[in-house]
Amino acid sequence: MEPIIEFKDFSFKYRAQKEPTLRNINLSIMSGEKVLIVGPSGSGKSTLAHCINGLVPFSWSGEITGSLRIAGKNPADLGLFGLSKIVGTVLQDTDGQFIGLTVAEDIAFALENDMTPQEEMFRKVNEVAEMVDVKGLLDHAPRELSGGQKQRVSMAGVMVDDVKILLFDEPLANLDPATGKRAIAMIDQIREKRNTTIVIIEHRLEDALYRDVDRIIVVGDGRIVTDTTPDELLCGDILNRQGIREPLYVTAIKHAGGKISPKDKPQHIESMHLEPYAQKVREWFDRTEAKKPKADTPSVLKVEDLYFSYVEGRPILQHIHFDIHKGEMVSIVGKNGAGKSTLSNLICGFYEPTRGRILLNGQDMAPLSIKERGEKIGLVMQSPNQMISKPMIFEEVALGLQVRGVSQEEIGERVNETLKICGLYPFRNWPVSALSFGQKKRVSIASILVMKPEVLILDEPTAGQDYRHYTEIMEFLKEINENSGITIIMITHDMHLMLEYTDRAIVIADGHLIADDTPAKVLTNETIADKAYLKKTSLYDLALDCQIEDPSEFVERFIAYEREKRGKEDQGNG
Amino acid sequence: MAKILSYEEKDTWIHRLSGVTKLIFFLLWCLTSMLTYDTRVLVVMLIFSLVVFKISKTRWSQVGAVFKLVMVFLAFNVFAIYLFSPDQGTAIYGTRTVLFHIAGRYDVTLEQLFYELNVVIKYFTIIPAVFMFLVTTNPSEFAASMNKVGISYNVGYAISIALRYIPDVQSEFTKIKHAQEARGIEMSGKASFINRIKNTAAIIFPLIFSSMDRIDVVSNAMELRGYGKHKKRTWYMEKKLLRNDYLTIGFTMLFTAAALLITFADGSRFYNPFV
Repeated sequence: MEPIIEFKDFSFKYRAQKEPTLRNINLSIMSGEKVLIVGPSGSGKSTLAHCINGLVPFSWSGEITGSLRIAGKNPADLGLFGLSKIVGTVLQDTDGQFIGLTVAEDIAFALENDMTPQEEMFRKVNEVAEMVDVKGLLDHAPRELSGGQKQRVSMAGVMVDDVKILLFDEPLANLDPATGKRAIAMIDQIREKRNTTIVIIEHRLEDALYRDVDRIIVVGDGRIVTDTTPDELLCGDILNRQGIREPLYVTAIKHAGGKISPKDKPQHIESMHLEPYAQKVREWFDRTEAKKPKADTPSVLKVEDLYFSYVEGRPILQHIHFDIHKGEMVSIVGKNGAGKSTLSNLICGFYEPTRGRILLNGQDMAPLSIKERGEKIGLVMQSPNQMISKPMIFEEVALGLQVRGVSQEEIGERVNETLKICGLYPFRNWPVSALSFGQKKRVSIASILVMKPEVLILDEPTAGQDYRHYTEIMEFLKEINENSGITIIMITHDMHLMLEYTDRAIVIADGHLIADDTPAKVLTNETIADKAYLKKTSLYDLALDCQIEDPSEFVERFIAYEREKRGKEDQGNG
Repeated sequence: MAKILSYEEKDTWIHRLSGVTKLIFFLLWCLTSMLTYDTRVLVVMLIFSLVVFKISKTRWSQVGAVFKLVMVFLAFNVFAIYLFSPDQGTAIYGTRTVLFHIAGRYDVTLEQLFYELNVVIKYFTIIPAVFMFLVTTNPSEFAASMNKVGISYNVGYAISIALRYIPDVQSEFTKIKHAQEARGIEMSGKASFINRIKNTAAIIFPLIFSSMDRIDVVSNAMELRGYGKHKKRTWYMEKKLLRNDYLTIGFTMLFTAAALLITFADGSRFYNPFV
C-alpha cells in the first residue's frame, strides 16, 4: 500500500532564517493510521504540520529540498486549495478559526467557497453536524458556545470536504481536561466512521494518549528523533531528553525503580500490566516523605460570602468564601466559563460584588479604586501581548511607577531591581519586540512586580507553553514566591500546574465553590473532578492498582519527591 | 447591553423577504426620496414607511438611541437651512407670504416653513426604511445579497467578518482596559484630557497587537478552507426569491417610476401649493 503522506529526505528553510527548520525528514504515514507528533516548541513540529497542509510553502515561503507526496501527489501541483480537499486542519485557537456568524455557516464555509449548491450544503452540514454532535447548535453564534463546542464545529468545518487526512494542531491547548478527553474520543470516533488518517500535533502526551494511537513521532531540533509505538516510547528516556513530559504514572514507576517493558503495555494506565511494578511502587511509597506543610501565616486575602450577577436572578457566583494566607501559592480551577475570571475581576475591583466582602489584610477593599487595588493586587493577563504597550523593556516595566508619579531616581532603582529578579536585566535596553514569547511573559510579570504588590494573580500563566517553557515560568514564579513572600494566585485549567506548584486548589463549578483543599485531594476525588471538568490524575489509578490505601497521600509524596529532585537538579546546574 | 441596530430574528413577512429584495427596495426608496420634493409623493411615502415599520415589529429599544441622534441632527439641519438661506422657500415657490418678522433679513415666511416641512418629511420617509433594513436583514444574508446585486464577495465577506469579530474585540478591549487601569493608567474622567489621550495608547497598542495575532489565525483558517479559490461562491444563508419578493421588487420599481413621473411632470422637483 502506498503511504498517504510521504516525506523523503525533506528539508525546509524559511526565507527569513539562516538555518533550515526541518532537516532530512523521512517519514511515511499510511492511509487510516493515527499518528501523534510530539516535540518541544521550536523543534519544527508545527512546520512539519504546515508542510502537510500547505501553509508551507504557500503562505510562508522558503527553500525546499527532497520530496513530499500527499496522497501520491506533489503539493506544489495541488496548490493550497487542492491540498485543502485532501487535508483538513483543525487549529489550536478555537476562537480565531471560527469564521462564520453562526455554526451552520462556519461548517458550510468550505462548501460556499467551492460554489456548492445550497440544497447540497444544507444536507452536508446536517450530516457532519450530527457526526460531531453540534446539530442542536446550528443557528448559534460563536460567543454562545463553549471551547469544546467550538472545536467540534471546526472539525465539522473541515470534514464537510470529505478530507482524507485530519490534521490537529495542539487540539488540547485551550480546553479544560475533561473537554480535552472528550475531544480525543471524538477524534477516534471520526476515524472509525470514515477511516480518515489522523495526525495530531500535541505536547500533552498523557492526555493525547487517552485513546490508542498507532505511532508516535518525536521531533527535536528539526529532525525526527524517533518513530515508534507508544509502548516502546514510554519505556525509553527519549521523552525526558527532548523535554516532553511523560505520563505521570510512567514517571512514578520509574522513580520507584521500575524498568518498564513494552510488553506490559504502558500506553494506558487502565490496561497496563502493573503486577511487575506494584511491589516496587509500594516500597517507594513507604520510604518517601510527603512535604512538610508550610508554617501558618496570617490571612492576606479573604473572601466572605461573595455573590455576583450581571442580571438579577441569574447569579454568576454564589456564596464564595475562602481565605488565602500570606506566601501561599493557590490555584483557582474549574471548567471554562465556571466563573473563575469573574472572581479575579471582583478581587481586582473591575466589578462590584452583588453581596459579600473581599478583605485585604483584614481591611474591606470596597472603598478602594481599581488603581489603588492595583498597587496591592497585581493582575497578569494570559497573553503578554494584552499588556505590553511600550516599545522598550525598561519603559514598559516603569509604566506603573511613572503614572503614579514616583521620582525618576526611584523608578530607575526599582525597575533595575525588578529586572534583575526576573532575569531581564541584560536586556533592559532592548525593544520588547526582540524578545521571545516566554521573555515577554516575564516582562509583563515584571511590570506588575515593580509595584511591589502583596498578591499576584495570574490568568492561565502557562497557556500554550510546552513543558520546558512551562517549567521555566513556573520555577520563576516559585522563586519569587519563596524569596519575596509574595502570595500567588493562579487561574488555570492545567492540572499539572495545580498539582505541582500550588499548595491549595479552590475549585469552582457553575458559580459555586465546591472544594478548597490540597490539589492532590481534589484530583483524587471523582465527584469533584467530574463536577469541575477536571480529570482524575493517573497517579490515583496507579496508587489504587498497587493497593496503596491512601491515593491522595501517594500523590502528595510523588509531588514532594519531584520538587526535591528538581531542586537538586537546579543546584547542580547553578 | 442592548444591541443597537442589529439583526433580530422575528417572523414577519418582511423578515421572510430575501435580502436582495430589501436591498433593492432600500436603494430605490432612498433614491426616490432624495430626488423628489413633491409633497404629495412624500406624504404617501411617509405613510407607507410608517406602516412597513409597524409591520416589521421593530422594538423601540432596537432603534431608539439612533433615532434620537438623527433627531438632533435633523433639528440642526433645519435650523442651519433657515440661518443660511431664510428665503429659500421664496426662491423655490416664487411667492413671499410673511407671517412675522424676527430681525434683520430674517422673516418667517409660509413658503420657508413649507419648504422645511418637506425636508423634515424626507427624513421621516428614509429613517424607518433604514432601520427596517438593518434590523430585519441577517448580516450573512446581507453579504449574500450584495454579492447577488453584483458587488464582489470580498466586500460582503469583509463586512460579515467584521460583524463576527466585533464582539470578540470588544471583550478583549474591556479586558485590556481593566488590566491597564489596575496598573494605574487612569481612563476615567479623573485624568486630564491630554493624559487620557496619552493613556489610550496603553490600550490601543495591546489591542492592535492581540488583534494582529488573531488576524493571522483567521486568514490562515480561511485560506485552509479554500476562501478565494473561485471568482464566485455560494452562500449558505442566501434566500431564494419567492413570490412575495418579486411582488415587492415589482411594486418598488413601479412606485419609483410613478413617483418620479408625478414629481417631474410639471418640470420642477417641487410641488407648489402657492400658485
